[in-house]
Amino acid sequence: MWIYEKKLEFPVRVCTTNPKLAKVIITQYGGPDGELAASMRYLTQRYTMPTGRSKAVLNDIGTEELAHLEIVATLVYNLIKDASIEQIKAAGLDGYYADHDKALYFVNGDGVPWIAAYIQSKGDPITDLHEDMAAEQKARSTYEYLLQLSDDPGVSETLRFLRQREIVHYQRFGETLEHIYDFYSKPHYYFMGDHGK
Amino acid sequence: MNRRKQMLIDIMAYEFTAIELNLYLDTHPGDERALDLYNQTVCILKELKRDYEDRYGPLTNFGDTGSEYPWRWVDEPWPWQLNFAD
Repeated sequence: MWIYEKKLEFPVRVCTTNPKLAKVIITQYGGPDGELAASMRYLTQRYTMPTGRSKAVLNDIGTEELAHLEIVATLVYNLIKDASIEQIKAAGLDGYYADHDKALYFVNGDGVPWIAAYIQSKGDPITDLHEDMAAEQKARSTYEYLLQLSDDPGVSETLRFLRQREIVHYQRFGETLEHIYDFYSKPHYYFMGDHGK
Repeated sequence: MNRRKQMLIDIMAYEFTAIELNLYLDTHPGDERALDLYNQTVCILKELKRDYEDRYGPLTNFGDTGSEYPWRWVDEPWPWQLNFAD
């Protein structure tokens, strides 16, 4: 069960209409290392995590990623909502506009739609946590490239916040990996109460 | 910046503190000082949210907060309609 909260996690500032910037930022909505992939990856991997702690970390970070998905959508929505057809064309968003108008859709910067193959769920918690740590680093790199492309100081502030969250999540996944190594290094024997009767 | 946005910024700040402490506690459940900070943040956040909801309607739905008449959940603005640059 999830309860929606009618607020963003971070106060988003968008200074001007800028469809060119929206076109690249949308990759963090529906691209390979974006927030949809992040959230779906952790929320689907959580079922087979072996301990309460590792289930909590995947559940909570997967949930925070949904808030980040909403932040990215808010950036894209506000960057294109007042754009003229001329600006849409000049930004190379005319193909996108033909299919979606100014609605949000899960694509990367080149219009490639989101696919489940971007994520993995292996059942082995050590494998999954390594994938999660790599995913956080890939998202951090993407936010750094987006910061190089951004010419809107308000948008950059939000991108820096999102980049910083990747670093914190990476740290928490690393601690969870250590905890899982520790968990598997101890013997776990389970005996039936009436064993031997 | 209007009062509504200022109140939301305060809620965001305290809730962010809670999120950060929550994730930290997930991997450090035995850190008593962090847990104290978390519980203090919960108290402040509850008060800030109550003040906000009294003025502007529920922040959460599905039974988490009640509404005065008429049902205020449908009121705009929704989060993506608020630009904090204005």
